Amino acid sequence: MLQDGERDMSGPGRETAGDHAFPQTRHSVFERVRSADEALRRLGWEALAQSYWKPVYKLLRMRWKADPELAEDWTQGFFAHALEQGTFERFDPAQARLRTYLRLCLDGFVANQRAFQGRAKRGGAARVLSLDFEAAEGELAASTPPATEDLEAYFQREWMRSLFELALADLRQELEQAGKGQEYLLFARCDLEGAESGRRPSYGELAQEFGITLGQVTSRLHALRAKLRARLLARLRETCADEDEFRAEARAILGGVEP
Amino acid sequence: MNRGFSLGDRTLDHLRALVDAPDVEGTRYELIELVGRGGMGSVWRARDRLLERDVALKVLNLAEPEAAAAADPAQGPRPAEVRGARIVQEAQVLARLEHPGIVPVHDAGVLPDGRAFACMKFVRGKRLDELVSAGLSESERLSIFSRIAESVAFAHSRGVLHLDLKPANIMVGEFGEVLVLDWGLARLEHRPQKGVRAGTLGFMAPEQERAAADLDARADVFALGRVLASLELGGREIAAIVARATRERREERYGSAMELHSDVQAFLSNERVRALREGPAARLARFGRKYRAALWLVGAYALMRVGFELFRLWRESGNS
Repeated sequence: MLQDGERDMSGPGRETAGDHAFPQTRHSVFERVRSADEALRRLGWEALAQSYWKPVYKLLRMRWKADPELAEDWTQGFFAHALEQGTFERFDPAQARLRTYLRLCLDGFVANQRAFQGRAKRGGAARVLSLDFEAAEGELAASTPPATEDLEAYFQREWMRSLFELALADLRQELEQAGKGQEYLLFARCDLEGAESGRRPSYGELAQEFGITLGQVTSRLHALRAKLRARLLARLRETCADEDEFRAEARAILGGVEP
Repeated sequence: MNRGFSLGDRTLDHLRALVDAPDVEGTRYELIELVGRGGMGSVWRARDRLLERDVALKVLNLAEPEAAAAADPAQGPRPAEVRGARIVQEAQVLARLEHPGIVPVHDAGVLPDGRAFACMKFVRGKRLDELVSAGLSESERLSIFSRIAESVAFAHSRGVLHLDLKPANIMVGEFGEVLVLDWGLARLEHRPQKGVRAGTLGFMAPEQERAAADLDARADVFALGRVLASLELGGREIAAIVARATRERREERYGSAMELHSDVQAFLSNERVRALREGPAARLARFGRKYRAALWLVGAYALMRVGFELFRLWRESGNS
């Protein structure tokens, strides 16, 4: 249950009424965070929090060795502080990438918290976001801790993971709303569960399992992958300050993976 | 994010590859493997199912503006937006360059995901930089370079500048064929483009680094000079050719790739290299190299003749 002033970050369609996720073109969050309109500014802040809360939480756990409870408080505190202080508004794309800027801000925030014992008491931080820390903790448990010198790359990878998760959630929501939940299950069976287990089912097996023809499996998976691609790029574009950053980030996300 | 939902590392990598891979569904091509990545796109080995042959598919990056604009399936591919894509421009340039030393283009267009592509001959072989480090004889290196310069000269004769010549863009095939690849930055000489700084540092001519609008064949001559230098050849003549090709002021370089090619050919056949001011001793040495076989024959004959005369004198003195 959400409390007053708390924003639910658990689904893409829950941003605000009227802000239908896709396929409409989204504006850059930077247009929003710099807007004179407070409601728009808040929307921009929410979009950034949605993309970055998990990488932030995980970095706090890995780099700052914060225990789960403290990392939760700091994550909430960091985004609350950013909203109050207009941290995102001050970002200058000419100076650095957003990811780098955000990480530096986080370092500063943690240093301050430590210096001033900022966390008044456990559980005392303002909870401005509804975040699934349990899932983030589960991901941490399932992964190998990064080496100290790889923390920048680690932060980037976690951000990438977060972006894909959001794009997948967008895809799922769109399909469910269109009454095509089965199609998402087909995609998940082939490209999520199958990829993770290392044994992707054949199209023939999928056809049998879902009671459709082989041709339907092929065409549906093809269409779903294209949709995922579009959702991912839209999510990415939304969190980039300009076209140059968008292109650089897209290369970083998509480049260098052997098919 | 949805509660309890998370992506493992393997799934994440699978999705990254899935999203990045060109969508060739419904086309005559089937992707086989990723061959390489460049600044604006990736190159894939693919199978042309219609003609049953392997081809190289060069596909624009998803992040390039033309591709990203067209990649939303809700709006569908918009060929008009990708018509100007650089990959298609490259294909158009290549289509006017039919030469055994220039990789031929077979097809170009837009994939179902909205990305522009060009289909080219798949060249099996090694890049020049790989070959050089693998140990290639001096004469082989020079012969390869000569063919590169010839291909570039041909392009210039058709009004096309390559503008990204470097060893990594030269492929030597299994049967010794030498092909100049990656014409992605190529432009027509008579169509200046202002303010575009593109190329590879170390091979870019100074005026190209300054993004001069009026680039001409001498920008490629500079890059060819750097390619020649990278072949690690010894000798004063080669050093002089490199120096002349890579002069800071383009007015002081060879006027064309053909002039450079001619000087290399002159060196190969022990003719006078125009880039080198030759003193009497150097001229004599070159004369010696050029007519080495004949001089050996003359020398051997003279030696034999002297020996014979000495023998004859000895016999005569013995008889008397």
